[in-house]
Amino acid sequence: MKPRHQRLLGLFAVLALLALAGGLVLKAFRQNLVFFVTPSEIARGEAPAGVRFRVGGLVAPGSVRREADSLSFTVTDGAREVAVSYRGPLPDLFREGKGVVAHGRLAGLQFVADEVLAKHDENYMPPEAAAALQRASAR
Amino acid sequence: MTAELGHFALLLALAVALAQAVLPSWGAQTGRARWVALARPLAAVSFGLVSAAFAALLACFVQVDTSVAYVAAHASHELPLGYRITASWGGHEGSLLLWVWILAAWGALVAARSAGLPAAFAARVQAVLGAVAAGFLAFIAFTSNPFERLLPAPADGRDLNPLLQDPGMAAHPPLLYLGYVGFAVGFAFAVAALLEDAPDARWTRWARPWVLAAWSALTGGILLGSFWAYYELGWGGFWFWDAVENAAFMPWLLGTALIHSLAVAEKRPGFLRWSLLLALLAFSLSLLGTFLVRSGVVSSVHAFASDPSRGLFILVLLGLAVGGSLTLFAWRGQRAPAAEGYALGSRESLLLLNNLLLATATATVLLGTLYPLAAEVIGGTKLSVGAPYFDTVFPPLMLPLVALLVVGPLARWRVAALQRIKPLLPLALAALAGAAALAFTLQGSLWMAAGIATGLWALGGTLTLAWRQRAAWRHGLPLWLAHAGIGVFVLGVTLVRSLEQSHDLLLAPGEQAVVAGRVLRFERLEAAPGPNYQAARATLSWQVGAMPLRLTPEKRVYGRRQVAMTEAAIARGPWRDVYASLGDADADGRWALRVQVKPFMAWIWAGGLLMAAGGLWGALAHRRRPRALPATAATPSPLTAPTLSTP
Repeated sequence: MKPRHQRLLGLFAVLALLALAGGLVLKAFRQNLVFFVTPSEIARGEAPAGVRFRVGGLVAPGSVRREADSLSFTVTDGAREVAVSYRGPLPDLFREGKGVVAHGRLAGLQFVADEVLAKHDENYMPPEAAAALQRASAR
Repeated sequence: MTAELGHFALLLALAVALAQAVLPSWGAQTGRARWVALARPLAAVSFGLVSAAFAALLACFVQVDTSVAYVAAHASHELPLGYRITASWGGHEGSLLLWVWILAAWGALVAARSAGLPAAFAARVQAVLGAVAAGFLAFIAFTSNPFERLLPAPADGRDLNPLLQDPGMAAHPPLLYLGYVGFAVGFAFAVAALLEDAPDARWTRWARPWVLAAWSALTGGILLGSFWAYYELGWGGFWFWDAVENAAFMPWLLGTALIHSLAVAEKRPGFLRWSLLLALLAFSLSLLGTFLVRSGVVSSVHAFASDPSRGLFILVLLGLAVGGSLTLFAWRGQRAPAAEGYALGSRESLLLLNNLLLATATATVLLGTLYPLAAEVIGGTKLSVGAPYFDTVFPPLMLPLVALLVVGPLARWRVAALQRIKPLLPLALAALAGAAALAFTLQGSLWMAAGIATGLWALGGTLTLAWRQRAAWRHGLPLWLAHAGIGVFVLGVTLVRSLEQSHDLLLAPGEQAVVAGRVLRFERLEAAPGPNYQAARATLSWQVGAMPLRLTPEKRVYGRRQVAMTEAAIARGPWRDVYASLGDADADGRWALRVQVKPFMAWIWAGGLLMAAGGLWGALAHRRRPRALPATAATPSPLTAPTLSTP
């Protein structure tokens, strides 16, 4: 094979790979970007409908209730609150009055979480939770 | 007093590292032999001083000197001695000191073993390592001093985060850094080669054992971190596509491309420029990882409360290293010899494909990791890229790579000669048929079938190759170990992901439930005090065979910080792990339990270990070979060994 042909072939391989990767990335991006929404934004009806998103803030003190096979608590950003229900094990550092980030969908007025994030360090505030508090206090 | 000595050693180390960065390279540039000769002693002194600083920090921790702010934040008198030592890298300041110490250790090791290299080249290598060390020492000294005093001293410290009170803490960070930072050596060799008048292929031979050693350590470090997360975080996951995991994984991917590229660059100059670029980028990604972890800009399980000025400092260091080295590459890289011809289907073309796939995979991981940051900076929206993104993008790029790893070592140089693959066709068909049958009987997905087929093919093909070439096992072993390891790993991941079962239960002591077709009994719950925690320990029995499997998961509350921790119980086996974690109790005294059955979990660890072992063997085997060989008669290296005749 002549070097020129070879370069062309190489170029073609690179382009094909890039196209494949690009296609995969676009497809995966459309489905898997998880937006972050604060309790105030949910209250204003700005939450994306029908897709998973994240909500962050503080676990409202006194709001955690354990039921037969699920758990409910309220996430607050200081201004507004959203009720969260969750099934499954909680992270070890989940506590009332502490920062929390939950993944899930909105069902009516309630946020149904499928994942509640754990953190390694009890002094660490998840950036989303901190942002929710900041945005709410800035208003 | 110890802390002041440590601080002093740190500042001296900074001065020495600056001298190491400037004097030898200036000497090499102007032809002053005496300055060039300074490189190796300076590297040794630098290592000595950083060691002294690190030893001082360890001493402060062993004594629990709470007048040192960093010690007071991460240790207490209750903490057992072993964890006092590991606590020294349990926070930001100390873990950076460990980073620099490992860099200095690599530098001293390179200096000790560079007697056979041209003096000017070795001097430039040390200068680059000195510059990197100087940057990080300045970072520690000016923004993250671990020796800062806290006056008046508190009576006791705040204790180490309970998650980090684990043997994993002794092994995972040092080993991970050994790999991560070890790519600095490959980087230094590449920069030194670019600083020569015209880069030639010799540096690839010199750099190879170092890159292999670093790659092997990084493999081990990532594996240990994953193993640790699996048993410690309590939820049975082993990989979360978390930003910080990705930060370590990206250098690994590019490092894998680099070891393949280096293996051929010596004989095929076409791979020379590419190797230079990969060596620069692999270390750049290590620096990027350090930035992501240490700046706290990403939401991650590894993120700790942090200070934005620190992030900025690392960003500047990152910019200097990446910008500087890539500019140098753009300017000098063109002088490296250009590619020569080879056919499609030749071994060169397959190695190129390996490099392309790995580089593309790295780019997709990089995109997924940095996109949230970019979106926030540019558009002000907070969002995250979830694990499903990586699960969608990554396997389609990796499975072809894994499938090719059997073909590559059989292909011939320069010419297309794929007929050597023919004897392996029955194996390929068997792998496909076996996977299809398995996926069908278990009603698994297409991905499951593809994963099993690829895993079987990689494992079976590599074993066949090893058997045929067994006479040359010394040269072949690293490749066989690593490639077989990938096969085992792919099988493990595929089977765990597609067959694992998880059951959330709510049981009181004495009650039972059915899990995976067998009876699980919650026998009893008892208090189990530990050295610095109180635990509730559940005893579960699961009826398998004659002897019931006993599991004792715990819920611990660590005294000083009143932090609750889930301590999972795992019954490990070669074919499946049973994983039990204990949640909280409800008002009626029933406990939340999660019991998971994970088939072939052990294969994931075994595969990773095989890869790391292959890399280590390769690095050591390289070392044993005679050093002064003419470039034309280089010994066959594992990846380039001529394949023996096929029957």
